[in-house]
Amino acid sequence: MIIAFVDFIGAKAIMACNVIGGFTLFFLQAFATFFSTRLRLRKVFTQMESIGVNSLLISMLTGIFGGAVLTFQSYIGFKRFGGEEFIGPVVALSMTRELAPVLTGLMVTGRAGSAMTAEIGTMRITEQIDALRTLRINIFQYLIVPRMVASTIILPFLTLFTMILGVIGGYFIATIVLELNGEEFISSIRKYVELSDITNGLIKSGFFGLILSWIGSYKGFYAADGAQGVGIATTKSVVISSVMILIANYFLTAILF
Amino acid sequence: MIEIINLKKHFDSRWVTNGVNLTIPSNQMTVIIGGSGAGKSVLLKQIIGLIPSTSGQVIVNGLDITKLNKNELEEIYKKFGYVFQFAALLDSLTTFENVGITLLEQGLSKKEVLPIVKEKLALVNLGQEVLNKYPSELSGGMRKRVGLARTLVKNPDIILYDEPTTGLDPITTRVIHELMFDMQKKLNITSIIISHDVEIFNYADKVALLHDGKIVYHGDAKTVWESDNPYIFQFIRGLSEGPIQPDIQSVSDNQ
Repeated sequence: MIIAFVDFIGAKAIMACNVIGGFTLFFLQAFATFFSTRLRLRKVFTQMESIGVNSLLISMLTGIFGGAVLTFQSYIGFKRFGGEEFIGPVVALSMTRELAPVLTGLMVTGRAGSAMTAEIGTMRITEQIDALRTLRINIFQYLIVPRMVASTIILPFLTLFTMILGVIGGYFIATIVLELNGEEFISSIRKYVELSDITNGLIKSGFFGLILSWIGSYKGFYAADGAQGVGIATTKSVVISSVMILIANYFLTAILF
Repeated sequence: MIEIINLKKHFDSRWVTNGVNLTIPSNQMTVIIGGSGAGKSVLLKQIIGLIPSTSGQVIVNGLDITKLNKNELEEIYKKFGYVFQFAALLDSLTTFENVGITLLEQGLSKKEVLPIVKEKLALVNLGQEVLNKYPSELSGGMRKRVGLARTLVKNPDIILYDEPTTGLDPITTRVIHELMFDMQKKLNITSIIISHDVEIFNYADKVALLHDGKIVYHGDAKTVWESDNPYIFQFIRGLSEGPIQPDIQSVSDNQ
């Protein structure tokens, strides 16, 4: 009984080490390739379009409705002690420091991270990756690095849109639905929100872009067992990326703010 | 010459190749045949190092491929071409980009690559009209020919074909066989072909039969029909009686 338990724990520990080791080695290889080979700018721009431009609409919707809901909820709380003037700064600070980077990261994970895994995974099971190898094409330079660079660069831009639209969504709810003073809403944001709140939020989103593309590429690269295997890899990629973004968010917040 | 010595591969608690010994002469066409699931594709990938071997040796021009690291293998790939079972063309690229990918990635301009791509496509009897087509717009036979043209861009000494006629009708199959034969003679290439199709014996120089992870027959293609080796006798005639037992277990598992 005890031996079986120790055996079970040992097997799980070895498996965890293998998984962490695999992720780490994959990242280090991408890192080394980035510094040792020519960056394929055309592929980076193509990926920026695929990850960024195509995710713009969902980022904007996330921002507008995130800001709107936040304004409503803040109003309910602040009205109890007459602190409606703080609604603007609370919405703006929440959006810039937390909600915009995290929500954008999660939304792009669902849209572009999953597509990344599915595309690379399909290339794996249809032997396209093996074909690239036999043609002596550096797979990391051709497939992985452009995705990771594009995702890291484009996420802050998407996040900026989410931030701006979050505040705009909040402003409209505050002024039109809740009939609060618009000028007071804006001036209180100017008073309490600093540039570092925005830049640190954007830095966080860059890390989230790196995380979602790293995990998305890794899970696709090691996909196996046909279409079902690609489906499983895609699901795992979204789950792991989402959890990693939330965990990384805590540590980045602790470091940056 | 390629020499395969006692090559083994262990996968999922079974030996897929279990002591393969085979000599593949230079500038000739060698066909490796065998039943479904016999490990033919695994053997082909072991030969080129895409699947690492559990033990054994693959000697190409005096160099043991199984002992090479990733970077050394890249150098070896200069000599090799590999035509995949379903062509493995990149879906997002046009025929021009697929065939010229090696050169384009080396930094050559499209203008420089275009005549080379046209020349290789002509070798596989394809015209300029396919240049801007995507793989999804090509027929199965055309995809395989584009896959072969992509391989020819490297000017390889050795080409490995993984079931190049799978899924093709008899006429297209014959076209592909003739194409491989023409390439062989024109370019003086060493060809290794994995196939189920006995018609290819009309074009090949040597035939090897893989069964239970081992080569159980190896001889001249011209005399294969006269052989009294019980394995090859049964296999090429498709007889149910003989030393090769049909893989009924895996068929019923799939059902």
